[in-house]
Amino acid sequence: MTGMKASERLLQAYVVLFLLYLFLPLAIMVAATFNTSRFPTVTPWLGTTTRWFEVLWNDQQMWRALWNSFVVAFAVIVVSVPIGVAAAMLLSSLHKRARTFLYAVMVSPLLTPGVIIGISTLVFWERLGVKGGLHLAVIGQSSFIAAYVMLMVLARLQRFDPSLEEAALDLGASHAQAFRRVLFPHLRPAIVSGAVLAFFQSFENYNTTLFTRGTDTTLTIFIASKVRTGLTPAVNALGVILIVVTVVGAIGYEILRRREAARAREATRRAQENALGDLRKA
Amino acid sequence: MSEVFRRYGAPLGLMILLLTGIWVVAMVVLPYFVMVEYSFHPNLPGPEIGGPKDIYTLDNYASLFRGIDILAWDFPDDFRVFLRTIWGSAVVTAVCLVVCYPVAFYLAKVATPDRVGFLLLLLVVPFWINEILRTFSWYIILAFNGPLNAVLLALGLLDKPVRWLSGSGGVLIGMTYAFLLFMMFPLYNALQTLDRNQIEAARDLGAPGWRIHWRIVIPHAKPGIAVGCIMVFVLAASSYVVPALLGSPGTRWFTETIYQWFFEGQNWPRGSAYAFVLLGLCVAFILAMMRIFRVGLTDIAK
Repeated sequence: MTGMKASERLLQAYVVLFLLYLFLPLAIMVAATFNTSRFPTVTPWLGTTTRWFEVLWNDQQMWRALWNSFVVAFAVIVVSVPIGVAAAMLLSSLHKRARTFLYAVMVSPLLTPGVIIGISTLVFWERLGVKGGLHLAVIGQSSFIAAYVMLMVLARLQRFDPSLEEAALDLGASHAQAFRRVLFPHLRPAIVSGAVLAFFQSFENYNTTLFTRGTDTTLTIFIASKVRTGLTPAVNALGVILIVVTVVGAIGYEILRRREAARAREATRRAQENALGDLRKA
Repeated sequence: MSEVFRRYGAPLGLMILLLTGIWVVAMVVLPYFVMVEYSFHPNLPGPEIGGPKDIYTLDNYASLFRGIDILAWDFPDDFRVFLRTIWGSAVVTAVCLVVCYPVAFYLAKVATPDRVGFLLLLLVVPFWINEILRTFSWYIILAFNGPLNAVLLALGLLDKPVRWLSGSGGVLIGMTYAFLLFMMFPLYNALQTLDRNQIEAARDLGAPGWRIHWRIVIPHAKPGIAVGCIMVFVLAASSYVVPALLGSPGTRWFTETIYQWFFEGQNWPRGSAYAFVLLGLCVAFILAMMRIFRVGLTDIAK
């Protein structure tokens, strides 16, 4: 640490402060779960308890909302993953100008505010005589989540060598076989991460769901309404559980992603070495 | 188009076109158009829809601006909320940029690779935690009897507790916290590609620290700044849950006004018109940023 300049030390201190700022609020929320106070807080500390987890466990509405969130998230995977894959495959076989235009239309939902996606979905289907509910939440969410899947699959498709497909077709494979045996295995990692991302995006969606849900309640809607009416540390207990699940999930996902990246680097390195070896032999 | 059938064959090609078509037409493009078309209709009871009174009108848009008196500096309620939303989102965006810049610079150019990997993991975790929970944590902190007041009173910095949640302050604090990391990652990505030698060269030539940042680091970070600002501004302007949790009736956000027109006022055409105005605001901001910082759509979608 000696020889480090004052400005650098200042910067490090700032980063530490920033991390504190990032984590302290979450720590306080977690701590408040274990306070006996009926209003979630850490000041004053009235005594330590785990009874708010019990209260949460016995909350029928919470279970209903949790179930709804799962149903919606799985339905979103079912809708958005095939659409995302198809859209990426279409984009990759279009010519430059058509591709640029279609690409812009497809990523536009990612830049559109979630509330507006919800509103336009609601108004559109209402005109066709369909009322709000979980089904509309699925449609609204899928309209932008499909774009995430499309981007992930497209990135993977760009590393695909179409001559492999040609070879399969030349050797007598049907189009269906070529897709199943050549292209699909190549895309599988992107499809799996797309599905995982779709699940998380759907599960934590609030803005689009708020307008399309009708009278149904998902977990995020449940939490927000609980904070406004009937707030007890049971909401914190739910927060703690979600945070634990998210942290484990995020770290696992990150580790997988890094391992995948390392594997890709390793593969390119080996390919280069092989090429070098061939050159030397020649 | 024929390329699709040549590559994938007829059944698979049709399937691809069908799925993409359903998505682009029925889930993206048509709903926008229907919403916009709807916003030009008067709000009529069911039986009168399509009747003689159902004419195109600009009334739903005009109602946002009706009653503005610039000279008396007097604005109607909905327009006041609209202005507050623009102003508040701009403040949140600027604060996020200032707060994140040093950290992004540290991550991209100062820290050792091992430490960067660890820090990025630390940053990703709160990023994945639900926006509502992150907002809720500030609801606890800022409460009248909450820890912030308790700490400030104990330190003697306050004489009596402050009602943090009754002004716009709570909303701005919550939004900054909720959307901060959407600024961090674009900034970090942009700065990562900056060649350290440029900074060294400037230093060797005697440039003071602030000038190195002003002339070399910030210009290089432009695409990241643009993308980060776009993300934060759009998220802030269209946030519902943060003002709903941390605001009070006097600090309503434009999304709350839209929600009220839909579900309390039962005036869907007006709600649609306001939603379109909000979309217009976001698009205008995005285009302005793309123009100012000269970045394209593909940079943003990353």
